[in-house]
Amino acid sequence: MSALLGLLRKEVYHILRDRRTLVVIVMLPVVQVILFGAAIRTDVDHVRLAVVDPAPDDQTIALRNRFAAAGVFTIVAVVPRVDDLEPLFQSGRAQEALVFEPGFARDTARGQPARVGIITDAIEPNSGSLLQAYALGVIQTFERDLSQRAQPARAVSIALQVRMRFNPTRESSHLFVPGLMAFVLTIISSLMTAISLTREKETGTLEALLVSPLRPWQIIVGKVAPYLVIGFLSVLMILIEARLVFGVPLRGSALLLILEAVLFILVSLSLGILISARTSSQRVAMMGALVGTMLPNLLLSGFIFPLESMPSPLQWMSLAVPGRWFVAIARSIMLKGVGLGFVWRESLVLSAMAALLLAASTRSFKARLE
Amino acid sequence: MGGAEPNAIEASDLTRTFGAFAAVDHITFDVRPGEVFGFLGANGAGKTTAIRMLTGLLAPSGGTARVAGHDVYTESEAIKRSIGYMSQRFSLYEDLTVWENIRLYGGIYDLPSREIRARADQMLSRLGLEHARSQQVRALPLGWRQKLALSVALLHHPQIVFLDEPTSGVDPVTRRQFWELIYEAAAAGTTVLVTTHYMDEAEYCDRISIMVAGRIGAMGAPKELKEKFEVPSIDELFVRMARPSSRGASPHTPPGTGNREPR
Repeated sequence: MSALLGLLRKEVYHILRDRRTLVVIVMLPVVQVILFGAAIRTDVDHVRLAVVDPAPDDQTIALRNRFAAAGVFTIVAVVPRVDDLEPLFQSGRAQEALVFEPGFARDTARGQPARVGIITDAIEPNSGSLLQAYALGVIQTFERDLSQRAQPARAVSIALQVRMRFNPTRESSHLFVPGLMAFVLTIISSLMTAISLTREKETGTLEALLVSPLRPWQIIVGKVAPYLVIGFLSVLMILIEARLVFGVPLRGSALLLILEAVLFILVSLSLGILISARTSSQRVAMMGALVGTMLPNLLLSGFIFPLESMPSPLQWMSLAVPGRWFVAIARSIMLKGVGLGFVWRESLVLSAMAALLLAASTRSFKARLE
Repeated sequence: MGGAEPNAIEASDLTRTFGAFAAVDHITFDVRPGEVFGFLGANGAGKTTAIRMLTGLLAPSGGTARVAGHDVYTESEAIKRSIGYMSQRFSLYEDLTVWENIRLYGGIYDLPSREIRARADQMLSRLGLEHARSQQVRALPLGWRQKLALSVALLHHPQIVFLDEPTSGVDPVTRRQFWELIYEAAAAGTTVLVTTHYMDEAEYCDRISIMVAGRIGAMGAPKELKEKFEVPSIDELFVRMARPSSRGASPHTPPGTGNREPR
C-alpha cells in the first residue's frame, strides 16, 4: 500500500511542479464559465422568420416590410395558418415566427388593440431571447410610427403575445453549465491523463514502473487518482462560480450530480488511458485526445449545438458520446431538479460505458507487457 | 541454498518472434551468480528484446528461461522482486528531487522508510551527491544522473540487475566511474547483465555474448574469444561477426531506431 501512496505523491508533485499546466487546470473552469456564460451568443443575423398571415391587408404587409427592411430578418415563408409553422420549426427552416390575426388593419384603424404574436425557437436560450428582443423592437417602432401618423392623433396599440417554443418558460437559461462541466472534465481527465502517461513512456520511467513489482492496477490508480480529485474540484468550482456569477440554480441533489460527475470522469480517464496505450509521443496523444474526446464532447453532446436539430446520422453518432449522456443527466438534475428516478436510463448508459472502458483500458495496459 | 549455487539466469532456446521476424532466435546461455555478463550486438541484433523477456516486460514466443530461479512464464512477479533494471532511456523522474526519486523507488520495492533513509544516506555519500539531495534531477549533469539511476536500481539489493545500454551518451571519464559502480555491485554479489555497444566496455566483462541477427554468434570470456578467433581486440571480433549479418529486409537499421521492437 505504501508503494501506491508513493506513486500518488509522485503524481501530485508532477502536477504541482508543472506550473504552466497547473495554471491551465485551475484557470480553465474559472475562465470558461465567464466565457460561455457571458460571451457565447449566436450572432443575430439572417434570422429565418416565418409569417402567419391569414388575411393579408395593407397594415400586415407594412409590418412585414418593416421586418424585411430591418436587415436582420429574412422572411422564409408566409403561411395562412398557425399549424403550418410546426414543420418549419421542426426542420429548422424557421427560427422565429410573426403571427397575425385576421383584421389587423381594421383593429389599428379603429384604435382597438391589434393582436400580434411572436414565437421564438428558444432551444438555445441565449440566442432565443435575443431574437425575441429584436422582433419586439421592430414591432414597437412600427406601433410608435403608426400612432404619430394617425389622423386624428390617437394611440395605436398592438397587443403583443410572446411565446418561446421548445423551452417555453426559459427556465434553463443557463444550459451551458452542464455542458461546460463535461468539457472541462474531458480536458482534465482524458487529455491530461493521456499526456502524462505518454510522457512517462517517452522518458522511460513507465518501463521502470513496469519491471517493478507494482501491479498494473496500482500503476493506473496511482496515475489517475490525482486527476479524479482535480476533476472533482473543478466540478465544485464550476457549480459555485455559475451560481455566484450567473445565479445558475442547482435544483436537484448535489450528491447525485457529483456521483454522476465521478462516473463521467471515470469514462474520460479510461479514454485517456486507452489513447496513451496507442500512442508513443505526447503530441500524438494530445491530438488523439482532442479528436477522440474533446471534439465529440463539445459538438455532439448538445452543449453548443442542440442535438434535436442535427441530421439523424449525427444524432445516432451522438449516442456513443459519453458527454451527451452526462449533459442530459446534469441538465435534468440541475435545472429540473429531478432525482435518479428520471435519469436512471442515462445513468445506466454512462455506467455501462465506464465499466466497458475501464476494463478495456486495464487490458490495453496489460497488453503492452505481452 | 546449499550445495552448488544455481545460475542467476538460465536461458534455453529462448525465442521471440514478431510476425515472421525472429527478433531473438533460439538463444541459449547461462549467467553465473556475481558475474558481470555483457550482451553485445549491433542495433537491432535482439539485445533489448532478450532483456525485455528476461525482465518480464515481454512474453517469450518459445524456449525456456529462469531468472533468479524463477520461470519467466509463470513466476514473473517473483522475478520482478529479485531484479533491478535501468534502461538506456533514463529512468528517474526529472521533476522530482534526488531524495524523492529514492523514496519513490524504495517505496515501490516495499522497503521500510527507515531503511530507505539509511540506504539513501549511504548511497549519496558514496556518490558524493549529499549536496544534491533536494535538487531536482533535471538539474544534475547527465553523468551523475546515470550513476544515480544505477544506484537507485540497486537500492533494493536485487540479486540480478539488468542494465540496458546504461552508458550511451556518457563521456569516457563518467563511463569509467560508472563501471566502478558496476564492479562494486558485482563484488557485493549482485549479478550484472549489461548490454553495450562500446567495445572497450566489453573487455570489462567477465564473459560476453555477441548477438548477431537474433542469435548468439560467440560467447565466452573476452580473453578466450580473442584467442579463439585470433583477433587483437573484441572490437575487431565484433566487426567481423556483424559484417555478414543481414537482418531480414532491413540490413541497415538506422541508429537509434533499430532496437525498438516492431509493434
